[in-house]
Amino acid sequence: MHELSLMMGIVDQLRKSAAENNIKKISKVMLVVGDMTMAVPDALQFAFETFKEEELFQDAVLEIRKEPVRGECKDCHHNFGVEDFAFVCPNCSSLNVRIASGRELYIDYYEGD
Amino acid sequence: MVKVRMATPVLQQNDEVARENRELFRKKGLFVLNLMSSPGSGKTSILERTIAKLSNRLKLGVIEGDIYTTKDAERIEKFGIPVVQINTAGACHLDARMVQPALEDLDLNDLDLLIVENVGNLVCPAEFDLGEDARAAVLSITEGNDKPAKYPLVFRESQVVLINKIDLLPHTDCDIEQLEKDLKLINHQLKIFRVSARLNQGFEPWVQWLEEQVNLKKKLSASQ
Repeated sequence: MHELSLMMGIVDQLRKSAAENNIKKISKVMLVVGDMTMAVPDALQFAFETFKEEELFQDAVLEIRKEPVRGECKDCHHNFGVEDFAFVCPNCSSLNVRIASGRELYIDYYEGD
Repeated sequence: MVKVRMATPVLQQNDEVARENRELFRKKGLFVLNLMSSPGSGKTSILERTIAKLSNRLKLGVIEGDIYTTKDAERIEKFGIPVVQINTAGACHLDARMVQPALEDLDLNDLDLLIVENVGNLVCPAEFDLGEDARAAVLSITEGNDKPAKYPLVFRESQVVLINKIDLLPHTDCDIEQLEKDLKLINHQLKIFRVSARLNQGFEPWVQWLEEQVNLKKKLSASQ
């Protein structure tokens, strides 16, 4: 359950950015979470709720966009969807695969007034 | 209504401090290992065996992460090496900001190898860079064959897996060959060592690997 500490970082970044952009109330936050992160969306939502007493987040909705795990073969450069976390190239069977996506964990954007 | 694009990594603050830690370790030529596992897999026992083998060859230091207790640190203190305890007070992992002040309590100039024993947990610690040079995950065979598939990140992000409790193999359903294959599918570069902390078996190749890394880091640091 490290989602609460992740959410504290998210909320900090939002507070800072909102102050810079003179935004008093946030209505929507779009968070991108890769399938290869260990952050569980439900737990992130739960953690976000704990900040709802703050005026800035009172009416805010947290939306989470999941990114599937994709690999890129370093030998044949084939880009493919990784299933069951098996990093094996379906084209040439190489195990020399880098993670092309799925490790994302960032605030894409937020909306507010 | 205003839409503000951020694209800021959530872990940016942690990663910045991790970079500072890493830079400090580079300057000191100090090799730092982040030791991770689930609770009860034998992390501290492995650490004890490792220290016993290496303490006459290298100058060791330990940072002990624990949620509330000092039990593990007390076990390590008996070896007469510097140990700093971090109590996370409920947090399920160490992060770079917790490690940074702990470094001030150690004489880094007088160390070759610093081992950070993370909080027992296969999920959260994997997400937090501490500034370490390498990560080692402990997996005991009594935990079941499905652990790599359930907790892929920790194994993907590690350079080493120590498979512990191999003395219990005849008494479990664990298929150790299959386990190693599954680990390699997640991370084909993994170095895997089979050990029994209870019987003190299998540690020599592991400590040799550690010693090599320590020497390599020293050389790199000296040449810069």
